[in-house]
Amino acid sequence: MTFDIYNMVLIMPEIIVLSGACLLILLDLVLDQNQKHIIAYLSLFVILIAAAGTWMFAGNNSGEILGRMFTIDGYSTFFKMVFYLSTFLAVLLSINYIKVEGVERGEYYVLMLFALSGMMIMASGTDLLSIYVGLELMALSIYVLTGFIQYNGRSNEAAMKYVILGAFSSGVLLYGISLVYGITGTTQLSDLSTAVKNQGSMDMALVLAIIFLVAGFGFKVAAVPFHMWAPDVYEGAPTSITAFMSVGPKAASFAAILRVFLGALGPVSVSWVNLIAALSIVTMAVGSIVALSQTNIKRMLAYSSIAHAGYALLGLVAGGPDGIAAVMLYMLIYTFMNMGIFGTIILMRKGNFRGENIEDYTGLSKVNKGTALLMLIFLFSLAGIPPTAGFVGKFYIFMALIRSGYVPLAVIAVIMSAISAYFYIRIVMLIYMKEPTREFDLARSPANSLALAIAAAGTILIGILPAWFLDMAKSAIFPG
Amino acid sequence: MIEAVHNSLGIPILSIVTFLPLAGAAVLLFVRNAGLVRWIALAVTVADFIVSIPILLNFDRTTYHMQFVEHYQWIPSWNITYFMGVDGISVLFVFLSALLGWICVVASWKAIEQRVKEFMIALLVMQTAMIGVFCALDFFLFYLFWEAMLIPMYLIIGVWGGKNRIYAAFKFFLYTLAGSIFMLIGIIVLYFAGGETFDIIALMHQKFSLPVQLWVFLAFFLAFAIKVPMFPFHTWLPDAHVEAPTAGSIILAGILLKMGTYGLLRFPMALFPYATSYYAIPIIVLSVIAIIYGGFLALAQTDIKKLIAYSSISHMGFVTLGLFVLNATGIEGGILQMLNHGITTGALFLCIGVIYERTHTRELAAYGGLAKAVPIYTTFLAIFVLSSLAIPGTNSFIGELLIITGAFGFNKVFAGLSIIGAMLGAVYLLGMYKKIALGEITNPHIREAWDVDGREIAAMAVLALFVFWIGLNSAPFLDIMHVSVNHLIEQMNTVNGYYATIN
Repeated sequence: MTFDIYNMVLIMPEIIVLSGACLLILLDLVLDQNQKHIIAYLSLFVILIAAAGTWMFAGNNSGEILGRMFTIDGYSTFFKMVFYLSTFLAVLLSINYIKVEGVERGEYYVLMLFALSGMMIMASGTDLLSIYVGLELMALSIYVLTGFIQYNGRSNEAAMKYVILGAFSSGVLLYGISLVYGITGTTQLSDLSTAVKNQGSMDMALVLAIIFLVAGFGFKVAAVPFHMWAPDVYEGAPTSITAFMSVGPKAASFAAILRVFLGALGPVSVSWVNLIAALSIVTMAVGSIVALSQTNIKRMLAYSSIAHAGYALLGLVAGGPDGIAAVMLYMLIYTFMNMGIFGTIILMRKGNFRGENIEDYTGLSKVNKGTALLMLIFLFSLAGIPPTAGFVGKFYIFMALIRSGYVPLAVIAVIMSAISAYFYIRIVMLIYMKEPTREFDLARSPANSLALAIAAAGTILIGILPAWFLDMAKSAIFPG
Repeated sequence: MIEAVHNSLGIPILSIVTFLPLAGAAVLLFVRNAGLVRWIALAVTVADFIVSIPILLNFDRTTYHMQFVEHYQWIPSWNITYFMGVDGISVLFVFLSALLGWICVVASWKAIEQRVKEFMIALLVMQTAMIGVFCALDFFLFYLFWEAMLIPMYLIIGVWGGKNRIYAAFKFFLYTLAGSIFMLIGIIVLYFAGGETFDIIALMHQKFSLPVQLWVFLAFFLAFAIKVPMFPFHTWLPDAHVEAPTAGSIILAGILLKMGTYGLLRFPMALFPYATSYYAIPIIVLSVIAIIYGGFLALAQTDIKKLIAYSSISHMGFVTLGLFVLNATGIEGGILQMLNHGITTGALFLCIGVIYERTHTRELAAYGGLAKAVPIYTTFLAIFVLSSLAIPGTNSFIGELLIITGAFGFNKVFAGLSIIGAMLGAVYLLGMYKKIALGEITNPHIREAWDVDGREIAAMAVLALFVFWIGLNSAPFLDIMHVSVNHLIEQMNTVNGYYATIN
């Protein structure tokens, strides 16, 4: 392996994020407690610089660099933009929130940057091992962030559950990778693609390896039956972190899943496509149906996020350029709308009031019209009602499915989406159609408002003028 | 498929008529005073109505081609365009929507006291979506308007409705959503079957394979049948009607239900002529059931709004009957009856709203002797009741006559059965009128009731004008749709001829 300085330039965004994170840790030591927000603003700055860097290389396709473990292509660029966006919004949402929770510490933002770099590596990884390293970097940072409210039992419990189950699932994934290596003699994705082509799809050992990979990745995107951690972790984690992990890491996992399954394992798709199809059906069903009975909004959104993972998995089933682009677009859209809804939940958290019960939103529109309208937009978008972005996302998934001939699957998906509409519009009902039962005191801050404005703008803009975003996704697919 | 542009006024008039209310809604966001909000909403809807008049006046009755067409790129990689245009069928409903728009504002003038601004915004957004549905010639655009309607309507019923409003709002939302998601799948299937296009006109020239026709027809049928609503998908309607505020009921009865029948006519019938004749008999049976069953249900009601709601089911049964007898007389009658029902039932809901503001009850038993207390109001009520039961000289007579004539041309049994429904209509409507208007005043609220004011008279008089205009001289209205309907039938015959040769 020769050391090529140009390669170092190409991975500059990753280097910026990591070194930025390290510098901020040092800076944190010299800052007073009431100056911690400086770290937040600097992390935003780091993210913007890295995003500018990624944008600069957007036209490039580096091929496989760094020992063929890494690539800078349109696909990774698109996903990195999603990660920057979700981290940026999550930092904005955190600034006031962690002060309210009383856990304002510099490491918080540093860990987010570490998680961001992990996600970036996952999107760019072209080797099962580099993907795994990225995934662990991301996951470990988020385990810590989940338990960040040390004095809160729920937060600790969530972190504990997450770390144990996460470690277990990482083990399963790693075992799958080792099986793949044992069968094919490689973990490099394009070599793997050639190898499995020769292996044939009926090879039982390969099928076993695939099952392990599905389980490992399935855990990360909370696909049923590997979803049990999600509701507890979503509920216990700091809300800003729940928001973050419901979009960023999920998108990163999908970035890796698409590359591994449609890229490397594409030639043997017959051996996994039915498995994924079944998984997506139960994921949509469990997510949509269990969400109906939730009373805690974070738990409900956990199940909603499970259901959305089910829709995204359908894109994997559909495959082809449209399947890939559909999932990419879906992840971008989901980032906007989910960040938006969590942003409004964070507004409720003030003083000792948690504002996590769905009932807490009763009558919000009487008191605060703007926030109510934003929630309306995000909730209808999550339900997939036009003219919001959520509809465009689902529409593209259905289109990809039907193009590949999976009409019955599309029918199941729309039925699930109609079921899930119920729990979103139930919140709209509470906000708009009931009288308020208490005083509302929202924790507004400029940073939070900015995040909500970005999220709302994205949700509406993609809903009405999706062409540009769609073409971005379509031109950024990897050759699968 | 590029078609010659017919009849352009030089301005994008359909976009103006569609999006003017939305622009008005955007302005309202920044207005705080409730009184000012009302006046702006009225000004916007009246302006919208005025804009819709030249569309009707300049409409070229000699061609079936789409007129006032606007066609722009929108989402090129999905081949989706912003494609608007009207033909002789849709132009009537654009006009009807614009007409009922300001009447809804008038009807809500005093009835809505809480959150006036939000209500008017919802109403205006609704107006944009409704007119958009009738103008859209691209399936994606159509679906966007179609579904977007759910949001304001959900709020209108749920926020400003009656006691049981939340249940009704949910029922309305979920029913409609359940229907339209299957249509969404149908639209995407058509996209691939018809050469990757959402262009409705281009798709109408395609010949789809039999399985596609039969299945996608059902998907569309479900969506539209729920909206109409046809028996047995009608159960959401009485709840929604009863709980909705007056303006909501007017929109529901006047326009939303028409969207179902308009949709049936424009999409399944025009796109899948073979499937249409294949399913015609079962659909006609459902229509006849709706006519009779709806009539009996209306007979049993004690709540005025519910009575009119069930009568709508019966009347809409006539419309679907007319459409699916598949001859020109029936279809023209069906379209005219859609217009008539929009005007008459819209007017009846307006009447109910007006009197409810005064008496705060909708129970038939609480009424009696209204004619003595509020004579002008009762006169208007009489006009609309008579129109609803299709007395000669009123609009519905022409419509029902054409439908029944068309039905006799198709099958005498169904035609005969549908007359039972028409007779039932006379029974429950006259019965209702008797209980409300005649007899002695027993309820002190009625004695205190004040007669209609200028703004209410204006709204009712305009609607009454159309009742008699169509009733006495329906030719101008039938002329507008004539060429388009004939073209539709011609198209169905050609395509069915084609299938007859290959089978």
